[in-house]
Amino acid sequence: MLILEAARLSISFGGVRAIDGVSIAVASGQVFSIIGPNGSGKTTLFNLVSGIYLPNDGSVRLAGDTVTGLAPDQLARRGLSRTFQNLQIFSRMSVLQNVMVGRHRHERTGILADLLHWPSVARQNLATREAARVALARVGLADAANRLAGSLAYGALKRLEIARALASEPTVLLLDEPAAGCNPVETQEIDRVIRSIVKDGITVVLVEHDMRLVMNISDRVHVLASGRTLAEGTPEQVRSNVEVIEAYLGVHDSQEAAHAFD
Amino acid sequence: MSLRALLETRLLPAISVVAIIIILPLFFPSAYYYRIGALVFIFALAVVGLNLLMGFAGQVSLGHAGFLGIGAYSVAIGPVYFGAPSWLCLFAGVMLSGAVAFAVGRPILRLKGHYLAIGTLGFGLLIAIVLTNEAGWTGGPDGMSVPGLILFGWRAHGSDAWYWISGITFVGGFVLALNLMESPTGRALQAIHDSEIAALVLGIDVARKKLTVFVISAMYASVAGSFLALFNGLVTPDMAGFLRSIELVAMVVLGGMGSIFGSLVGAAVLVVLPQVLTIFHEYEQALLGLIVMVFMIFLRQGIVPSVAAALAGGRKC
Amino acid sequence: MAELLQFVFSGLTVGAIYALVALGFTLIYNASDIINFAQGEFVMLGGMTTVFLSLAGVPLPLAALIAIVVTTAIGLALHRFAIAPARGASPVALIMITIGASIFLRGVAQIVFDKTFHSLPPLFSGGPIRFGGATILPQSLVVLASAAVIVVVLWLFVDRTMLGKAVIATAANRLAARLIGVDTRRIVDFSFAVSAAVGAIAGILITPITLTSYDAGTLLALKGFAAAMLGGIGSALGAVVGGLLIGMIEALSAGYLSSSYKDAVAFVIILVVLVAMPQGLFGRVKVERV
Repeated sequence: MLILEAARLSISFGGVRAIDGVSIAVASGQVFSIIGPNGSGKTTLFNLVSGIYLPNDGSVRLAGDTVTGLAPDQLARRGLSRTFQNLQIFSRMSVLQNVMVGRHRHERTGILADLLHWPSVARQNLATREAARVALARVGLADAANRLAGSLAYGALKRLEIARALASEPTVLLLDEPAAGCNPVETQEIDRVIRSIVKDGITVVLVEHDMRLVMNISDRVHVLASGRTLAEGTPEQVRSNVEVIEAYLGVHDSQEAAHAFD
Repeated sequence: MSLRALLETRLLPAISVVAIIIILPLFFPSAYYYRIGALVFIFALAVVGLNLLMGFAGQVSLGHAGFLGIGAYSVAIGPVYFGAPSWLCLFAGVMLSGAVAFAVGRPILRLKGHYLAIGTLGFGLLIAIVLTNEAGWTGGPDGMSVPGLILFGWRAHGSDAWYWISGITFVGGFVLALNLMESPTGRALQAIHDSEIAALVLGIDVARKKLTVFVISAMYASVAGSFLALFNGLVTPDMAGFLRSIELVAMVVLGGMGSIFGSLVGAAVLVVLPQVLTIFHEYEQALLGLIVMVFMIFLRQGIVPSVAAALAGGRKC
Repeated sequence: MAELLQFVFSGLTVGAIYALVALGFTLIYNASDIINFAQGEFVMLGGMTTVFLSLAGVPLPLAALIAIVVTTAIGLALHRFAIAPARGASPVALIMITIGASIFLRGVAQIVFDKTFHSLPPLFSGGPIRFGGATILPQSLVVLASAAVIVVVLWLFVDRTMLGKAVIATAANRLAARLIGVDTRRIVDFSFAVSAAVGAIAGILITPITLTSYDAGTLLALKGFAAAMLGGIGSALGAVVGGLLIGMIEALSAGYLSSSYKDAVAFVIILVVLVAMPQGLFGRVKVERV
C-alpha cells in the first residue's frame, strides 16, 4: 500500500527551479531514503511534502488522500511528522516538555478547561507526561528528562527531535539528516532508533548524507541531483549506478575512482 | 497537605502572593498606601495578561493600553448613558475587548517581529484617537467621570476596599495564568515562542493559539482598565495612549518576560517609582525612557529571572 | 477646484516632511535592519533647539547650524550607546530600545525646553502666494525645494561615492560587506548621523508652518514610518513617494471627510499595508529559508 506519493512536484524560487518534476512513491512500513549532492534539493523536497512550501506544480498524496497545499499542522493531524535539519527544538522548555508538546494532537484541549485546571486537565497532563517519558526512553534520553533542552549536546538534540516526533504517533515520519554532525557511535544509536521505529510499523522517509547508514537501513533509495530525479532503486542498484557516482564525485573524479584499483 | 507538598505545588507563587497581600497592610502607615497597593494590583493584572502574550507566546503588543481604555470607558459610558450597573458594564467591556481582539488579532497576528510591533502600535493609537474624538460619548480629551461600583447594595468606596478587590482579582488572574502554563494550550504557546514551524509540524494550530492568547490578554487588560476607572472615578483617553502601552510593556520586561510573579514586581516598580519621585514629576517620562532602554539593552530577562538565576547559581556551591 | 488645490499644496508640504522622516528610517533600516523610532525626535530636536538658541540670542542661521550638529551628535550617540551595545537582540527588542530612546529624548526635551508650542520665522518674509485660486506659503515652497535637494544629494552620494557604495553593500548583505572590508559599524554610525541631520533640517524647515513642541516627534515618527511602509521599507524612492502620498491623503481626508480623524489616516494606512501588501509599493517580497 502506498502511504506517501508525490507526483511531478516542481517549485521555483525567484527563477531558480529548485525541484523539477520529482515523483516518489513510498510503500507503507518501508525505509525510503533520499540522497543527493549538496544543493540537489533534498530538504526542499521534504518541505514540499510536509506542507512548508507550496508546489508550483504536482501533487502529494497521503494514504490515498490528496493533501497538496495543506498546512503542516493539517498534515500532522493526518499522521505526517518530521524532524528538521537545522534543529527546531524548544530550547526554553525542558527535554520532557519538548516531547510532551509532541503529544499535542492526541490531547483534548479547551481554553476554559485549561484556564480553570479541571481535574481532566490534570489527569491528561499525567498521561501526557508518561507517554513523553516512554518516547524519551526509546531514544535513550530518559535520564535527561528534566534538563533544559537548550543545554543538551548536538547528537542528543537530534534524538530529542525524533522522540518528539514519535510522541505524536505518526504513520509517516520524515527524518531530515538525523545523523548529520553525529559521530559513529551516535550514528549507530540513530540506526538503532530508526529500526525500532520501523518495527512499530511507522514508515520512515530519510534524507541523509551518511552513505553507510543509508545503505544499511533503506529499502529503497531515491537519488536527486540539481532538483531532478537521477535514479531510484534498492541500495545495491543505486550504489553501482554510474550516473549516481558521477553526480557525487564529478565526472573526472569518478573516472579516477573507477581506476583506483587498477 | 504536608508542608513539603505545599512548597512543591504548582500554586506556590500564588500562595506567596496571597500571603503578601494579607501581610502588607499591617505595615501601612496610612490609607495612601492602600491606594498604591490597589494600583499595583490593578496594573499587575494587566501585566499578567500581557506577559502571557509576550513572555510565553513570544508575541508583542505595543498597543495593549487600547484594551485598558475599552474596559475603562465601558464602565463610564455604560452607567452614564445606559443606566446599566457597573459590574455588568465591566463584563460587557471584557466581552467587547475580547471581540475587538478577535477581530483585529486575526490579520495582525500573521505578522512577525517589528511588523507585529508596529501593527499593534497602530491599532492602539487608533483606539486612543477614537476615544479622544468621539466626545459625545467619551467626553473628549478631558474624559468623563465614572460612577462608583455597587455590588449587591454595597458601595465599593475607599482605597482599602479597592486594595482587597484588586488584590483578590489579581490572585484570581494569577492562578488562571499558572493553570494555563501547566496545560496543553500553555505548552503549545511556549512551543510557538521557540519554534513556530516545529509547533505546526506537531499539529498545533499556531494561528488559532496566538489568537486565543491575544484575546485572553485583552480581557485581562479590560478588567484592569475597568478597575482603574472605577477606582479613580475618572477616565481620560490617556489611559489608552501610547505612553501607557509602553509602560505596560516596560512592566513586563522589568519583572521578567515569562515570569508571572515578575508581573507583580514590574508593576510594583513602575507604580511606586513615580510616587517616590513626586518632587521630580517632570522627570517621569525621561525616567521611563531610560528604564526601558537600560533593561532592553542590559537586563533583557528582567528582575525576577535574573534574581532566580543568581540564587540558583549561589545554591550550587 | 481651488479648494482641492489648497489641500494638495498643504498635503504636499507636510508630505515632504514625512518623506524626509521616511528617508531617515530607510537609511537606518537599510544599514542595520533597525526601525528607529526616535526618528521623529530628530525632527523635534532640530526645530526646538533652533528656537531656544535663537531665543537665547544666537543669530538664526548659526542657531540652525548648531541645532543640526547637536542633533547629529545625538543620533550618533543613540547608535553608539543604545543600539550597538544591544547587538544580537531581536528586532522587537531593538524597536523597544529606540522607543525607549524616543521617550527619553521627549522627557529630556520637556525639561530642557518647555511644554508649549514654538515657532520660527520663515525663510522668506512676505505673504502667501496666490496660485490657481489657492494660496501657498513661501515656506512651503522652501520645504518642497529643500526636500528635493536633499533627496538628490543623497541619491548622488549613494550613486557616485565610495562611501555611498559601501552603504548600499551593507544594506544588501552585511556579512558580505564586512568580508570585503567595509567597516559596517562605521556605516551604521554614518546612517544614524545622516538620518539625524536630515531629520533636524526637516524640523527647522517645517517649524515656521506647523510649529513645534517637545512631543511633536512621536506623531511624526509614526507618520514617517507609515510613509516608509507604504513606499516599501528599504526603498528610498518608496519613502519619498510614500511621504508625499500620506501627506496628500491626510490633507484630502481632513478636508473632505473629517478633520478630527486626520491623524488616524496614517495608522489606518499602516494597518492596511501590513495586512494587505507588507512589501509596500516599491519593496521586494522576502523569501524565508527553512
